[in-house]
Amino acid sequence: MTISTDLDRRFREAAHSLGLVDIGYDVIDSPIGPLLVAVSNEGLAAISFQRRADEELERLTRIAGPAVLRSPRSVDDARRELDEYFSGRRRVFDMRLDLRGLAPFTISVLDELAKVPFGETTTYGALAARVGRPRAARAVGTVMNRNRIPIVLPCHRVVGAGGNLVGYAGGLDRKVTLLELEGVLL
Amino acid sequence: MMPTVSTPPFELFYEEHRGDVMRLLRRQLGRDRADDAFQETFLRALRAYGRLTHSEHLRAWVLTIARNVAIDTVRRTTPTSPPIEKGAEDGVPAYQELAALTDGLPPKERAAVVLRYGYDLSYEQIAAALGSNPDAARQATSAGVRRIRKRRIAE
Repeated sequence: MTISTDLDRRFREAAHSLGLVDIGYDVIDSPIGPLLVAVSNEGLAAISFQRRADEELERLTRIAGPAVLRSPRSVDDARRELDEYFSGRRRVFDMRLDLRGLAPFTISVLDELAKVPFGETTTYGALAARVGRPRAARAVGTVMNRNRIPIVLPCHRVVGAGGNLVGYAGGLDRKVTLLELEGVLL
Repeated sequence: MMPTVSTPPFELFYEEHRGDVMRLLRRQLGRDRADDAFQETFLRALRAYGRLTHSEHLRAWVLTIARNVAIDTVRRTTPTSPPIEKGAEDGVPAYQELAALTDGLPPKERAAVVLRYGYDLSYEQIAAALGSNPDAARQATSAGVRRIRKRRIAE
């Protein structure tokens, strides 16, 4: 038996308003394709290029709990900031981030990553040096690869020492598009 | 806190069972009152979801919530009509009475007996909850009942 769209929407809004959702997510459109954006009470918890994979939802339960629900209202702020970024009206994100469950090394690398400004790039080695582990460029690369909040934590701004783009968990095309958007690549 | 056992993401649970919940509520309450009861059912489920200690029998669990919401709705909206039978005379839910009676049965038989006589589920529903087929559910139920009888005679 199908449920009316209106009833479904009312349930999701009530769940959000009553604060019953551990992580609310929605899929938003962007110039680099649909993004699954997930927000907890602590802040923005994940952005995924996977439109709707059950494994992605499983992964979200491990961040904050099993009450993971598609809830457009939960991601209103994140959607607005991302829209502004993609339309060129925002260079810095103001959202709080939910980094629960991440290892201390990962968090220290992501803290440094967050300081890399819009329109600039850095290298894996330089980030490693800034967290006091100058020889850990490879480990920094792993942190970039597993970055669960891409775009907002700008791993697309990290390139190889020779200036080559190296790689991107979302695919190199997306990295190129983001760097073009920021005026780094023409 | 992070759960130690893996309950599926609520979204998947909701998508899987919302149709059955709606069917039950429409049958018990009619189309007009079913919508509010539907929302209330899943809000109750969501409130309790993080405290679930395992992810078995989720379907039976949410249908039980729906049935309770239906009872509450009938009580609230039609004060003069007789309440839906809850299955126990003294107000103790049938499934609680059964807890003591079925204690010590093999897990599958215990679950089948509780779902059949405590939650009043059909063998099809029990089969779905237990991940087996209706025939096996029927057999497990009667095996459990036989075992309880035997034990009571022995006592």
